[in-house]
Amino acid sequence: MISVQSADFDVAQLYSALRDEATNAGGIACFTGLVREFYEADQQGTAPAVQSLFLEHYPGMTEKALADIVAEAEQRWDVLASQVVHRIGKLHAGEQIVFVGVASTHRGDAFAAAEFIMDYLKTRAPFWKKQQAGDSSEWIESRASDEAARARWEKAP
Amino acid sequence: MLKIQYFASLRETLGAHNEELVLPAQVANVEQLATHLSSSRAGQWAILEDASRVLIAVNQTIVERSHPLHGSEEIAFFPPMTGG
Repeated sequence: MISVQSADFDVAQLYSALRDEATNAGGIACFTGLVREFYEADQQGTAPAVQSLFLEHYPGMTEKALADIVAEAEQRWDVLASQVVHRIGKLHAGEQIVFVGVASTHRGDAFAAAEFIMDYLKTRAPFWKKQQAGDSSEWIESRASDEAARARWEKAP
Repeated sequence: MLKIQYFASLRETLGAHNEELVLPAQVANVEQLATHLSSSRAGQWAILEDASRVLIAVNQTIVERSHPLHGSEEIAFFPPMTGG
């Protein structure tokens, strides 16, 4: 299941749904992304703490892009069930922002498919983060390391 | 009619959200549309020609700039994504 929503999500419920759907699974890999307190200039430690993020997306294309990413993962690995949830709108530091869960017969496929989905989601699904820190707000720049993480999956698994 | 949308920082930079546009006579692909918008409008519109800063989707799929246009597509211009 894929969901793009402003409401928070319950990891226990998503995990239960994976267990129910994948009755013969040998393992379930779950990843939860959280809103960090520091983004761009955090290495220098000079940036004010991020109070909140605003998540914009492209309604329609977002769901399509996520479905395409999950379909690709299903082709490449043994995926018995998957759950992808991404939140939109205003989120505060420490809140849950994204969930990816994959049930598979073996752990290797569950880990790989979940990581693949996350790496593609970050660089190929149309979401954009704007951060609010102190009195200013600015759009977060894309990171070359995220694109590199996605690109390594272009080789055969 | 082309239905054009702009997202995130690009929407704010251009001060444009969405618009409808009749496919200009000399425009046959996405690259030429970006050039047309850039050269016919004042302000920051030249940014559309920078493929490293602006991605383009046609009918909700990211495309290369050589992608052909026929005149009734949904087009979106946006910066590299930062989800997750």
